Amino acid sequence: MKTVYMDHNATTPVHPEVGKAVAPYLAEMFGNPSSIHWAGRGVRKAIEDARQEIAAFFGCQPLEIVFTSSGTESDNLAIKGVAYRKGNEGKHIVTSAVEHPAIINTCKFLESKGFRVTYAPVNRQGIVEPDSVRRALTKDTVLVSIMHANNETGCVMPIAEIGRIAREAGVLMHTDAVQATGKIPIDWKELPIDLLTFSGHKVNGLKGAGGLIARKGTELEAVIHGGHQERGRRGGTENVVGIVAMGKAFSLLKNGMAEEVRQTRRLRDKFEKALFAGIPDLVLNGHPVERLPNTVNISFRYVEGEALLLNLDMLGIACSSGSACTSGSLEASPILMAMGADPVDAQGALRFSLGRGNTDEEIDYAVEAVRVVVEKLRAMSPLIKREAKAR
Amino acid sequence: MKKRILAAMSGGVDSSVAALLMQREGYEVIGISMDLYDFSVVTKGRSGTCCSLDDLYDARRVCDQLGIPYYVLNLREEFRKEVIDPFVQEYSSGRTPNPCILCNEHLKFRALLRKADELGAEGVGTGHYAVIRRGETGRCRLFASPDASKDQSYFLFSLDAQRLERIRFPVGGMPKTEVRRIAGEAGLPVFEKKESQDVCFVTDDSYTQFLSRKGLKEQEGHFVDKKGAVLGAHRGILRYTVGQRKGLGIAAKEPLYVVAIDAEKNEVILGTEDETLAAGAIARNATFVAGAPPAAEFRATAKVRYRHAGVTATVRCEGGKIQVRFDAPQKSVTPGQALVLYDGDEVLGGGWIECASV
Repeated sequence: MKTVYMDHNATTPVHPEVGKAVAPYLAEMFGNPSSIHWAGRGVRKAIEDARQEIAAFFGCQPLEIVFTSSGTESDNLAIKGVAYRKGNEGKHIVTSAVEHPAIINTCKFLESKGFRVTYAPVNRQGIVEPDSVRRALTKDTVLVSIMHANNETGCVMPIAEIGRIAREAGVLMHTDAVQATGKIPIDWKELPIDLLTFSGHKVNGLKGAGGLIARKGTELEAVIHGGHQERGRRGGTENVVGIVAMGKAFSLLKNGMAEEVRQTRRLRDKFEKALFAGIPDLVLNGHPVERLPNTVNISFRYVEGEALLLNLDMLGIACSSGSACTSGSLEASPILMAMGADPVDAQGALRFSLGRGNTDEEIDYAVEAVRVVVEKLRAMSPLIKREAKAR
Repeated sequence: MKKRILAAMSGGVDSSVAALLMQREGYEVIGISMDLYDFSVVTKGRSGTCCSLDDLYDARRVCDQLGIPYYVLNLREEFRKEVIDPFVQEYSSGRTPNPCILCNEHLKFRALLRKADELGAEGVGTGHYAVIRRGETGRCRLFASPDASKDQSYFLFSLDAQRLERIRFPVGGMPKTEVRRIAGEAGLPVFEKKESQDVCFVTDDSYTQFLSRKGLKEQEGHFVDKKGAVLGAHRGILRYTVGQRKGLGIAAKEPLYVVAIDAEKNEVILGTEDETLAAGAIARNATFVAGAPPAAEFRATAKVRYRHAGVTATVRCEGGKIQVRFDAPQKSVTPGQALVLYDGDEVLGGGWIECASV
């Protein structure tokens, strides 16, 4: 079966160079990086080389990077790490209504421990307005956490401006940049931000490795206690393979990102234009411009996202819809609901996220497949009949 | 091209073997489970009902082994509207509902057939114990399973011939032992799994909690006898069902049973064992597999609840209602349960019991 992968916001294919780079660490380079003998030394060097590559990509200091297991763990470390350390100064956190569950559920946990959390709203186009963060700040606020770009809509938030607002108020600022990384330029030196989350598998690295950049001098309580790894900020023997992969992925990105993004944007725009031109009754979810160059989120009126997703899967096209609940079934996306989307439209939303490896031919195939499936489903849709009757 | 079919998977041995058999028959099988309810509210780690999270895991692993895709479909909205709301409504009216039949009627064999259309599949197969046969006229007919101890045809009475065309019960004619043997030989991980029991969204001991969460208040009232004399205080009509003897907390010369429930007066009527006997029953919303009753008046075997052995009866049908006169009086004819009519093994149709008749 022909397959087209259009779900790069979920995860990305492993870059062949990454595969090559980790091979020695699946074989002779087995040492524990904390060991002082020969077996450990080479492995330790690999980790520090990776740290340096990643620092060069973001423009931060190598020692500002804490390696973790995932974007989720990095988010936990940023939020709980600040909350535990600064809880005596204040117990209020400001975040947004459209954050990733790693942020939302960590905040909900802290609410159960006596913290107060404000979930700043987004406008109809899915953007957090800086003023809504400004209004949410109180004397008690210790942290602002606003994502750099939204995973479902691709909306890019004005985090520099929000960071300046936080800084003026003397409040630490965290951003979850997992989705933005590798898709839009990030310059740590220019950003008025104290903590930034990134992940390896979203940039053609491996699953199981992520990191948190913590500006020098930012005090964090550890969330995972154990050995002295990561200078006491994250215990546990390092995921050497994942970290080496991440180092390689970021070094490839540093040189290749501009060209890759140009290509991805071109394909995304082509895909989006062709869908809107060829299929009636579509709604673009998210901001038309302030958006990641690889993401398009569309509601297909009169069709359930679930039926569309499964039909496309059977045609080999991988994309995603809303959010999955514990059972793995789909529910209306809370992110689209927070944007004030019509609940029926939210049910019919699909996210296509492109990336490295997509081709013109794949886009043509996908456009045609979506068109055919939407037409077929609309022909049997009870929604469209109801609507026609009402007219 | 292979014909495509949906296999409704509960994670149990029956639906797993059903999926396997359809695959062996040459179908392109797609495994489906229904996400009907936020089971974390009621099932905290409990398994053994239709679709708890652990069971979804089992269903997924079976599909992995068969090498077929597996999807969990969100049907919570339909389930609330078609099963939970009527369940609550029936209890508040003093009846004892049968949500499994509603789930079959509206979810498994209506919503899933719609999903089959959407996914380009010809129909739906499940692990039910019942037999579909094509009659001489080419129309589908429904029969009880030859394994009487497993037979589930009672729960399927509301299916009509048109829908039966698109439904498959691959294990429906087998004894359970045979199903387990096939599962064991194929190495399906669920071959030793025990049976599902309770209604999936409530446990036996949590009916009243569930109903009170749904806004049904428990209101104390009177136990009365058939003449209306007060015998004592009851704890709310939700706790009682017709034919019940245990848990009444009433001392009397001879054992007392619930004979009827009067929701309007909030009274539970008690009587002796003899007084629970009904000469017949009236059922509403009648449906027949063939589309219409065989005659305005006919003879059939009637079952008034799932485990009922059945009783021969004379049946009269009029305007969507069924009037049944049993050849011998029957105990515990319970409003809200289904009355299902058989001709031998064949399911003719049925309706929902409105009241017992004397």
